[in-house]
Amino acid sequence: MAAFETPVLGNVEERPIPALVPNATNDLKCFVAAPAHQEALGFPGELVPDWQAKAKARMGDLLSKYRSLQVFMDSCVKCGACTDKCHYFIGTGDPKNMPVARQDLFRSVYRKWFTPAGKMVPGLVGAKEFTRDLLDDWYNYFHQCSQCRRCSLYCPYGIDTAEVSMAAREIMDSIGLGQKYCNEIIGKVHRIGNNLGLPGPALEDTLLGLEEDMQAETGLDIKIPIDVEGAEVLLVTPSADFFAEPHVLGLMGYAKVFHAAGISWTVSTKASEAGNFGMFIGNYDQLRKIAGRVRTAAQELKVKRLVFGECGHAWRVAYSFLNTVAGPWDFLDPRYPVPQHILEFTYNLIKDKAIRLDKSANAGKILTVHDSCNIARGSRMGDFPGGQFHIPREVIKAAVPTFVDMHKDTICEKTFCCGGGGGLLTDELLEIRVKGARPRMEALKQVVDDHKVTHMASMCAICKAQFTKVLPAYGFDREMVVSVHQLVGDALLLGNND
Amino acid sequence: MGLRSIPGEHGNVNTVFAILYAVATVVLVAGLGFKIAQYARTPAPLKIPTTPAPLTPAGAAFRVAREVVVFESLFKANKALWIFAALFHFGLFVVLARHVRYFQEPVNVVIQLVQPFGLYAGLAMMAGLGLLLLRRIVVPRIAYITGPSDILMLLLLLGIGASGLAMKGAVHTDIVAVKAFFLGLMAFEIRALPAEPPLLVHLALVAVLMIVFPFSKLLHVPGVFFSPTRNQCDNPREKRHLAPWAAKLEAGGN
Repeated sequence: MAAFETPVLGNVEERPIPALVPNATNDLKCFVAAPAHQEALGFPGELVPDWQAKAKARMGDLLSKYRSLQVFMDSCVKCGACTDKCHYFIGTGDPKNMPVARQDLFRSVYRKWFTPAGKMVPGLVGAKEFTRDLLDDWYNYFHQCSQCRRCSLYCPYGIDTAEVSMAAREIMDSIGLGQKYCNEIIGKVHRIGNNLGLPGPALEDTLLGLEEDMQAETGLDIKIPIDVEGAEVLLVTPSADFFAEPHVLGLMGYAKVFHAAGISWTVSTKASEAGNFGMFIGNYDQLRKIAGRVRTAAQELKVKRLVFGECGHAWRVAYSFLNTVAGPWDFLDPRYPVPQHILEFTYNLIKDKAIRLDKSANAGKILTVHDSCNIARGSRMGDFPGGQFHIPREVIKAAVPTFVDMHKDTICEKTFCCGGGGGLLTDELLEIRVKGARPRMEALKQVVDDHKVTHMASMCAICKAQFTKVLPAYGFDREMVVSVHQLVGDALLLGNND
Repeated sequence: MGLRSIPGEHGNVNTVFAILYAVATVVLVAGLGFKIAQYARTPAPLKIPTTPAPLTPAGAAFRVAREVVVFESLFKANKALWIFAALFHFGLFVVLARHVRYFQEPVNVVIQLVQPFGLYAGLAMMAGLGLLLLRRIVVPRIAYITGPSDILMLLLLLGIGASGLAMKGAVHTDIVAVKAFFLGLMAFEIRALPAEPPLLVHLALVAVLMIVFPFSKLLHVPGVFFSPTRNQCDNPREKRHLAPWAAKLEAGGN
């Protein structure tokens, strides 16, 4: 990949809107899925000869199945409220990274095929033929959208570019132009059980190693049980938690919480992945099949509760879609929400004084938190709107002496994506990932400069991996990003569990 | 403006406008009806409210109402744009309310009360439209996303406003006759229309607006009520949400 310049960080107070740089990221193209990746998911191996006709049929089908897509195609008035809201636009200045312009790549074809005005006066209403060039633009720019929904927050009609990019990816998959990163990973989930392709025996080995580490650290027999039938809780967590840093420190944090609370739990080799990339590619069948593994695992292991580990889009799928695509969950204990987030679980234990934390274990650390986009704008925690902001902060504050929030326009529902979400966490897209991280990095720099913040807590596997990679590009230490449960695990009082 | 210069042709003008309004009304009602039915018929298979979202259907309805009445999300997004949009939409709302008097006899008391504000509302509407047009030209980001139809729509509305204000301020029209024309039309009768250029321009442009409505971005009017990110409540864990096509998929054992 060509070298690129990391953006210079500005002042978050000034919220600079970049000048337009047409085609700035036109050449940033992620790898196309190989026929083997495509065919494993039932998609054509390569671009089919009659791809335009196939695309039209698929688009018509999606329009009839998704009210969101139909309404969003018609409702946009091009007011431009979204134009300065996307982190990829802010980071690159490419006008096609403005949400409305990204949508218009799709809308121009919709108008041509499905609206009277687009058929009669195409030039007037921006209707376009679906040419190979336009398809290339689709491929590039719909893979420069992390589906973070920040634009939808500000749109006066709630138009969500994530829905449009999902539909576009689904159409591209259906004509044989899939993305390697997502589709290869989905294949691994079906074949092996998780996104990382970690087979059961390797997973068991890894967990044994982690148990030994915790034994050495605490002197206690803290387990990470696997495939234990009859456990109270099935924990489904992103597979990165099994070995990537800082993810794995979070996993050990969960284990310590379960240990301290005395609640039996297990992970599953069958559902050894919380992530569900079926959402990224907008494919309902895949969404359903991947979620179905969790249902099967919960039934086979005869658990009573379902808890999800720290992951952003996984939590959106779990919280918002799991009941739809893999429910009903009437075989689980009705006293608990299905599913629960590990942060809800830990928060309740702290509140009920079932576990105790000693902040001094994290002395010297000054924390801020990155609200993950899919948690912030696509889900909830707890029993009131905005619990997804309150609960992580309360848990962090219970675990560390000092907590500082970043600029108010960059947190909670207004949070920026880390820059690596939505199926973009692949090396060939590093440039867009670094540039897309700019708004978050600006807000982080401000609290580092003004409040001496030392660490940024994250509750998402993709955010953690992304920040580990892009923090150094902006002159920060890669170890600044920590799992929330790493902080919890370090502060947790173990062994005096009454 | 050739219409006035054709003496003795007023009967034709009346017929032309009567037919135009009949057609425009049918297109508007049928077109919007079709789109609304389409939106209502199309299922929303997944719960996708932009969170934090209200937890109850009533809460979600109130959220939609806030979007419709005070443009809540737009206010969060861009204060200047919010002011321009509010000037135009609130101005238009009052102007439309004021025009109800042309279709009612006797005139509703609320509509009577609105009458004195018509001029100010018309001016607010024109100012809003002018500012909206200006930003489409001078702000590069907005110029980039602006197409010919976006400019034409603003010009159409500006034309309607200008011709209407011209009648209010400069060239007064026999509004009693205008009212008689529309009341007649509602009873399927063609009555005489004052053949004055500002009125005929005004009425012609309004008819064009009615005709393009269901085929243009004016579909944001019904669209905002059907937007799943706004009208869905946040209760996916408590209540299972299943679209008919998804239920069929499930029943098929796939």
